[in-house]
Amino acid sequence: MSEQGSVIKTGAMMGFNPNSVPTFRKSGMSANYLSRKFKNALMCSLLAAAAAIALIPLFSVFGYVVSQGMPAVNWSFFTELPKPVGEAGGGMANALVGTLILIGVASLIGIPWGLGTAIYLSEYGKGKLGNVIRFSSDVLSSIPSIIIGLFAYALIVLPMKRFSALAGGVALGILMIPTVARSSEELLKLVPENIREAGLALGIPRWKVTLRIVLRGSLSGIMTGVILAIARVAGETAPLLFTALNNRFWSAGLNEPISSLPVQIYTYAISPFEDWHRQAWAGAFLLVMLVFSINLLARLVLRPVKNAAKGRV
Amino acid sequence: MAKKPRDVRRSDRIFATSLKVISVGGAGILCLIAIFLWRLAGPAFAKFGLGFAFTSVWDPVQNTYGALPVIFGTLVSSLVAILIATPLSVGVALFLVELAPEGLATIVGFLVQMLAAIPSVVYGLWGIFVLAPWLRTTIEPMLAKHFGFLPFFQGAPYGVGMLAAGLILSIMITPTISSIAREVFKAVPTTQKESALALGATRWEMIRIAVLKSSRTGIFGAVILGLGRALGETMAVTMLIGNRAEIAASLFAPGQTMASVIANEYAEASSDMHLSALAAIGFVLFVVTFALNSLAQVFIWRVTRSKVTP
Repeated sequence: MSEQGSVIKTGAMMGFNPNSVPTFRKSGMSANYLSRKFKNALMCSLLAAAAAIALIPLFSVFGYVVSQGMPAVNWSFFTELPKPVGEAGGGMANALVGTLILIGVASLIGIPWGLGTAIYLSEYGKGKLGNVIRFSSDVLSSIPSIIIGLFAYALIVLPMKRFSALAGGVALGILMIPTVARSSEELLKLVPENIREAGLALGIPRWKVTLRIVLRGSLSGIMTGVILAIARVAGETAPLLFTALNNRFWSAGLNEPISSLPVQIYTYAISPFEDWHRQAWAGAFLLVMLVFSINLLARLVLRPVKNAAKGRV
Repeated sequence: MAKKPRDVRRSDRIFATSLKVISVGGAGILCLIAIFLWRLAGPAFAKFGLGFAFTSVWDPVQNTYGALPVIFGTLVSSLVAILIATPLSVGVALFLVELAPEGLATIVGFLVQMLAAIPSVVYGLWGIFVLAPWLRTTIEPMLAKHFGFLPFFQGAPYGVGMLAAGLILSIMITPTISSIAREVFKAVPTTQKESALALGATRWEMIRIAVLKSSRTGIFGAVILGLGRALGETMAVTMLIGNRAEIAASLFAPGQTMASVIANEYAEASSDMHLSALAAIGFVLFVVTFALNSLAQVFIWRVTRSKVTP
């Protein structure tokens, strides 16, 4: 009521008196009306222009990554180690494998931890503690990733006295926790309450109901959220700079520095060599294709899942 | 589902407790980050004290560290980003909620979200080879010609520098601000919009009176969230800002931000004090982003939650 009242008041204040708005004279529309109409058209097209402008960088980035990167991708890019400066050719095989290893370590930490948090929040997290956890996981997800890198440095690199794949994986894993937790919580909440109650009424223990019925029912949606989280950390560079560092060769184990696609792109991009720039574009092409296709797929898969979960009774 | 005491079996209790431990542990990471960073930063804080934030000499060779230039660089680049991104994002969000037909809104909304999915390092690469040359040859000479009387637009156009960093940041935070603003605009009651239209308001007048006016708190929250992201954004900025710890009035000049100095120097820091000074910058960045994000969460929660119980 009060909101609507204020609308009327502000409307009168800014000069369109309700009594006089649709004033049509015999000679045609009033100047006031025309100017309002003009302003409306102007502002509406400005809003549309804003949407168009916001998309220009997307198309530009995509266009350059494809036009510069695609020609540089070839077989040896996937199979060979980087060549030293001056020698043409070479690839990023070690960086590609390195990224997969880092993602593997990150998933081992981020997925169970995030999923556990999600289950707690959706099944037990109605109280104050639930809100505190929700809040802190929202805040954690917006802490700059380089800070997480510093944390992993203090946690693992300092005690081990060496840069390692493990430290990089842990940093990425911490970044995954809040993303996985919040997206999975949304999906678990979509499972209707009466399904839980039906399970409990059969005398099944609650943990079994949660794992076997609730979790299984929303598994495909949760998987989508998890894959999106992986796509997000796959492109992270900052937390790897002083944890996983980089490696020009294959790395022998988790306690060695390891190369990764994003760090390699960074190294090549800021180098002064033409050859390396080409490699950077090729790497960026792979990375962008990976991220875009996962996102596109997730949109197509996730939406039907959400609707199905809502419709099911 | 309220938990009834007599239903709780032992296995259920173990299950619930272990989940609780995991979740609280996740929240505890925030505290751990603060503690570890504080310990890393200890020596620098002890040596330089409060002056750390107010002196401008950053010299690893002399082992003297002052954070003023990087704080300045962070603030200026983020300010440029906010000034560009706020009107743009609000425009995008209004277009999506109030103007675009549903199909178009879905597609454009998806594309805007894809802006957020592009990895930072790819923005950096694009910035170095596309944005910076364009700024150097076209935009910066133009600005210098027409607005050269302002101190912000003086000096040699390098391409890389504060302006390039601010621009790339504005691109990167547009999806953040616009997606929150979209939620906020959606939360405006339809009756409020319809009553404005019924009074004869044009569409734009309706947006101005019924939508924008009551969304101010939410937009503020969205901008704060965008600011928090801009302050901590690392890779693209590191690749585009020029990396020189100076304070210059001109936006064409190179600079350095808190995140970029850590990214640049941490792996190759020359001494323990250097490491500690960088960690001290990290600690300050952590505290600032933590505070901003908490503030933004509160604002946004207040707006989007009130929608549920109108």
